[in-house]
Amino acid sequence: MDEAHLRAMIEEVRAGVMTRRAFARRVAGWGLTAPMATQLLALTGAAPAAAQAPAYRPTRRGGGGALKILYWQAATLLNPHFAIGTTNSDASRVFYEPLAAWARDASLVPILAAEIPSLENGGLSPDGRSVTWKLKPNARWHDGAPVTADDLIFNWDYARNPAVAASTSGSYRDVAITKLDDLTVRLDFAQPTAFWADAFVGNAGMIIPRHLFAAFNGPNARDAPTNFRPVGTGPYRFVSFTPGDMLRAELNPLYHQDNQPHFDTLEIKGGGDAVSAARAVLQTGDYDYAWNVLVEDDILTRLEAVGRGRVEVTPGGSTEFIQLNVTDPNREVDGERSSLATTHPAFSDPAVRQAMAMLVDRAAIERFIFGRAGSATVNILNNSRFTSPNAGLPFSIQRANEVLDAAGWARGRDGIRAKGGTRLKFLFQTSVNAPRQRSQAVIKQAAQRAGIELDLKGVTASVFFSADVANPDTFSKFYADMQMYANGPSGDPQRYMSQFASWEAATRANAWQGRNIMRWRNAEYDAALRAADVELDPVKRVALFIRMNDLVVGSHHLIPLLARPGLSAALNNLRTHRSGWDGTLAFLSGWWREA
Amino acid sequence: MTPAGEAWRRFRKHKLAVGSAVVLGLMILAVLFGPLFWTVPIDEIDFTARLQGPSLAHPFGTDDLGQDLLARVLYGGRISLAVGFAAMGVAVTVGVLVGAIAGMSKGPVDVALMWVTDLFLSLPQLPLLLLIIYLFRDALADLVGQELGVFIMIVAVIGLFNWMQVARLVRAQFFSLREKEFVEAARALGASRVRIVVQHILPNALGPVIVAASIDVAGAILAESTLSFLGLGFPPDTPTWGRLLFDAKDNLDFAPHWAIFPGLAIFLTVLTINFVGDGLRDALDPRRVQ
Repeated sequence: MDEAHLRAMIEEVRAGVMTRRAFARRVAGWGLTAPMATQLLALTGAAPAAAQAPAYRPTRRGGGGALKILYWQAATLLNPHFAIGTTNSDASRVFYEPLAAWARDASLVPILAAEIPSLENGGLSPDGRSVTWKLKPNARWHDGAPVTADDLIFNWDYARNPAVAASTSGSYRDVAITKLDDLTVRLDFAQPTAFWADAFVGNAGMIIPRHLFAAFNGPNARDAPTNFRPVGTGPYRFVSFTPGDMLRAELNPLYHQDNQPHFDTLEIKGGGDAVSAARAVLQTGDYDYAWNVLVEDDILTRLEAVGRGRVEVTPGGSTEFIQLNVTDPNREVDGERSSLATTHPAFSDPAVRQAMAMLVDRAAIERFIFGRAGSATVNILNNSRFTSPNAGLPFSIQRANEVLDAAGWARGRDGIRAKGGTRLKFLFQTSVNAPRQRSQAVIKQAAQRAGIELDLKGVTASVFFSADVANPDTFSKFYADMQMYANGPSGDPQRYMSQFASWEAATRANAWQGRNIMRWRNAEYDAALRAADVELDPVKRVALFIRMNDLVVGSHHLIPLLARPGLSAALNNLRTHRSGWDGTLAFLSGWWREA
Repeated sequence: MTPAGEAWRRFRKHKLAVGSAVVLGLMILAVLFGPLFWTVPIDEIDFTARLQGPSLAHPFGTDDLGQDLLARVLYGGRISLAVGFAAMGVAVTVGVLVGAIAGMSKGPVDVALMWVTDLFLSLPQLPLLLLIIYLFRDALADLVGQELGVFIMIVAVIGLFNWMQVARLVRAQFFSLREKEFVEAARALGASRVRIVVQHILPNALGPVIVAASIDVAGAILAESTLSFLGLGFPPDTPTWGRLLFDAKDNLDFAPHWAIFPGLAIFLTVLTINFVGDGLRDALDPRRVQ
């Protein structure tokens, strides 16, 4: 797979020999995300198909009654600039909106923006150094004040203010902003930027009102009463909020889209677990919609048979994977475990990593455990089930045994392989969640047959995924030999792929905020990632990302398991509008109920 | 008739206790020796036999990975019973020690020890268990391995939270026994304090202790099941009875067998131990005339 090959395929699409969908599938097989495929066609002149929004039938605003949504992890605060984790982002999205959102085909849809910047309308500069955004003239805050360019400038200033410590700072740090008129701003980049749709777009782009937050643009940012009583532009306006439990909202009569929203009141209830959430929708019908029902597919299928609701599968870019620690979790260097100064005694041998990669029975895990919630993949950067010609090893216990034998790892009396005092006995951790524990068991059994012993550990999700510096069980500390979880890119993969860059390594020095959690370091990868950041030729940029995917997967420190679409439960008469490339409630204004 | 014979005669009269002792004995035998006869591995994954109800090949059925539940229940029973009896041992040892010291000493030592007992009684057990497991699990796992580390910790923690009743019982017994004539006779003969306690008072105080101990076993089994049900305690692939229930709960409506058998095992063990304790109380009560 190289540049020439890609260009030839784009020509085929242009000539009508190959369909766009077939093109997207082919490049996905090489480890590309759908947003990249559509971007590729757009920037080379083969225009993408128009974003297909699902039908919206209501002919007037309101009248839909109550919408009841269940989030088994509850929101704790409602300021999008402080949101860590999807639940706070999603809850904020009810009230706050960005300029543009990512549609289900990974193209951009204007929300508060009048239109999407492009070369044709002059919004994008050909040198990739600036982008101009124009606001909708009729957008109003819930309290009636108009949304203006000053609000955008305030958000830029607020997010990048170190005293505020916003989680969205990364999207605003490297841009400059200029007000052109009351509704127009221009963003200028320090260097040519291939991916310009970051600031003011998607979850990081939600805009808060200047007139209510201006007094809190500093160390007192966390004290703003509006952090818990939002006044935004969204389809529903705030009624009440109990952190960790219940969020209530009602129809916003000033909303900027005609005939939207459909529901008169909105209720988001938190708490419980994935299974009880699925039951509350599919079995008892107490709620209209349940977020993220990651439950074994057998259970979902049986619950669907009740006939009240259905499971919605939303394709996105998320991937479930196993990480093999590059560093040694059992040795302390200056009081730090999994320190960059160490190497893992067993995983530093490529043969052991290869063997582990061959011991993962993706097909069985997909078929018997995840079902609709996952499809086997060997790529980290993808959303398809097509095998890459470059990466991945087939499941074979016999081959794994041969590889280990050849590398000199001999079985001891207890059946566990060892070499030079190092035994192949690993601690394998993940979050507490039935499908993950089942997958652990399947992998453990295969490993056992290859002379590798796995100790399994399950950590409660709220602890595992927390950023708590004091807790040794978080995934970012990675005090284990192997761990399994999922994540995915939103839109462009530049930021996503930085999770394998050597400068992002999570260490005590950066309070484990670094995104490179398995501490993998590779000079060629770093160079490719840096090159992709400033590469304006989309075809060359795609080739760089494919190379990055192959490098990290080919190292076998990262073993991709499944592409993981979003799974949610909805009542049969509820019509949702979801995109796997943006927040769950990104298109909440387009949700309605069939009479 | 010897005192033991007399106790046995009384115990036999308690029909429920005798029946329970038989059931409990059978369960202990099954758990200890069952795996020798039922040799199906506990972690053999067979996707072709998922969530099957009881059959000849799998008398207790299978779970969602096709693992044999009979083998898992038998293995889990070893852990649950071992935890129960070991924790009881810890509780009784600590309780007898504290109770005996408090019962033999007058004044400040007794008062201080009873303060400590009251303090422990007022601690909320489950939150403290969670805290201790969180704090010490890794340190202990590094020292003696994951499974043994968790075992030691759970036994120690459950044991150290259940000695208070025993201590109070022993102290009360000591208070009444130490004024009895046979103790005074021993003292008059010049017996040392230790000899008086070990040879004369303790054997007479043991009746209530045995009863309390039997109830502690049941409590410890339940506490271990609670921890496993909360997903704490043993590693997720160790099929303790509580863990089996935890895994089964999502499938309760269409694979009830998965939850019923480990649930029944916990129920039967705790119930029979309590009945046996009941019978022992009747049998060992010296004031009971019949």
